[in-house]
Amino acid sequence: MAEHAHAVLAGADERDLTKISEYRAVGGYATLEKARGMSREAVIEEISNASLRGRGGAGFPMGRKLSLVQPPEAAGKPTYVVANADESEPGSFKDREIMSRVPHRFLEGCLIAAHAIGSKHVFVYIRGEYLAEFDVLKAAADEARDAGVLGDVTLVIHRGAGAYICGEETALLDSLEGKRGQPRPRPPFPPVAGLYDAPTLINNVQTLANVPLIIDLGAAEYSKIGPEASPGTVVYSLSGNVQRPGNYELPLGTTLRELIYDVGGGIPNGRQLKAIIPGGSSVPVFTPDQIDTPADFDSIQKAGSFLGSAAIIVVDDRACMVQLALRAEKFYMHESCGKCTPCREGTRWMVNLLEKIESGEAGHADLNLLRNVCDRVEGRSLCALGDFAVWPVRSYIDKYRDEFEAHLDGAGCPYGGESSVDGVMAPVDLHRHLPLTEVPA
Amino acid sequence: MSQLQDEIRAAAEPYPDKKSAVMSGLRMAQHQYGGWLPPEALVEVAEALDLTPAHVQSVASFYDMYNLAPVGEHVVEVCTNISCALVGAQQVVDAFSEELGIEPGETSEDGKVTLRTIECAGGCGYAPVVVLDHRYREPTRPEDVRGIVEELRNG
Repeated sequence: MAEHAHAVLAGADERDLTKISEYRAVGGYATLEKARGMSREAVIEEISNASLRGRGGAGFPMGRKLSLVQPPEAAGKPTYVVANADESEPGSFKDREIMSRVPHRFLEGCLIAAHAIGSKHVFVYIRGEYLAEFDVLKAAADEARDAGVLGDVTLVIHRGAGAYICGEETALLDSLEGKRGQPRPRPPFPPVAGLYDAPTLINNVQTLANVPLIIDLGAAEYSKIGPEASPGTVVYSLSGNVQRPGNYELPLGTTLRELIYDVGGGIPNGRQLKAIIPGGSSVPVFTPDQIDTPADFDSIQKAGSFLGSAAIIVVDDRACMVQLALRAEKFYMHESCGKCTPCREGTRWMVNLLEKIESGEAGHADLNLLRNVCDRVEGRSLCALGDFAVWPVRSYIDKYRDEFEAHLDGAGCPYGGESSVDGVMAPVDLHRHLPLTEVPA
Repeated sequence: MSQLQDEIRAAAEPYPDKKSAVMSGLRMAQHQYGGWLPPEALVEVAEALDLTPAHVQSVASFYDMYNLAPVGEHVVEVCTNISCALVGAQQVVDAFSEELGIEPGETSEDGKVTLRTIECAGGCGYAPVVVLDHRYREPTRPEDVRGIVEELRNG
């Protein structure tokens, strides 16, 4: 049975931690005082020693990121902390829970991070759809400001307006600067030239919410939670065909079986498990025989996928994998920012070919072409969205090839309209101006 | 300067560069203009922040939450991304479609309700997610739809 462990969400079941008085009652903001009494280097060293890996998707060590940010006196200009609260990976809804239940812990993490890099400016970029969460966070920020907790740090909560790509850090920075949210070529990376061309630390909400605990406990104690290579807890977001979907904070390394069956209560309606998407819709799919994989960064990667944002989507045997791939790809087509060609054009090709396969009008050449388009898009775009658009489709083809082939040469969908995702509409269907031309064989 | 422009300038104050307030400005303008951004709204935002209308339009057209065409008094959005799709989002779309007598992407003839599908709203564990005038209703089942539409029509 998965071991219950609360770190980021600790105390939120017992108290209303959205109130500063309640948060203070459990020791809140005392850690910030402690950190402010430490040198910048000492704070960074503690976070580095805790081996805290980013919880936003890429798993980059936060300590290393911190040490790359030039201090303002060396940069000769103000530097910035940006919290990435643009959570929009399909399957992921953890930052929302953190912001609405422990907003002060998250803000405390932002302020400790600001101290660590000597910054006086914190920006929180929250996705525009999260209105209820914005309200909670804003109220918490006002309380913190009134209580004098911010000190001489300015805190701005910036609302997005509906664009998946703004979760990508450089697109987020462009968006925050008042432009279309399109990724920047790198280098330079944000720690060198980020917001307003100044050194910038950019981290995910959950990553920052871990910081107070690390400073409070010390790296040695903190590292005892979860596996050695990536200590700490993670808030797993469980969704899809599972009895008890929801957010569950557990030690990193909880197995997929424990998550789906013990925590999630298994597959409803007596159906069979067909596929597991272990890290949000962009990552390669797992088949049921991979269910004993521990859900931590290294184990999932060794098994051929990514933990991503720890968003686990459970798929039962009623879903047609071609339809599922098509729905995923329509998302990436819609969200491709259009800046670079492989992603902008590749996603359209993939959608068109998947539609042709689903309709039964495709042959083996089309399936091979689709597989080929995947290989030609991967690794060739400015940001990871191009890869994200490839990984679901290519992994569905490779792992469920029989099902794709069963659609070909006039056969059509073997589910005959009975798939759980049959005919699902996507926003892109509402305004797709490009004609669906014949794809050359 | 109009009152809206004063408010937009005030929203720009916390930023080192006022251009950063273009998103807030568009949101405020959209609210003022009845839920969408006609060309004159874009000009108003541009003037307030010393930007060109073309730049403001380039931003407005990039993000899903800015409406460049009129919408109904109420907007019903159904998430149909994977997690919602797996637990019956399309049936919810169909139920709204039938109850309102319109297709996704359309507005009812009386101008009351716009229906559309959206990408992942981040409510995957409480699926299917419906967003009613920016507030989440999680989960929403097809059998809930009649009551929701009735409320919107009376509201």
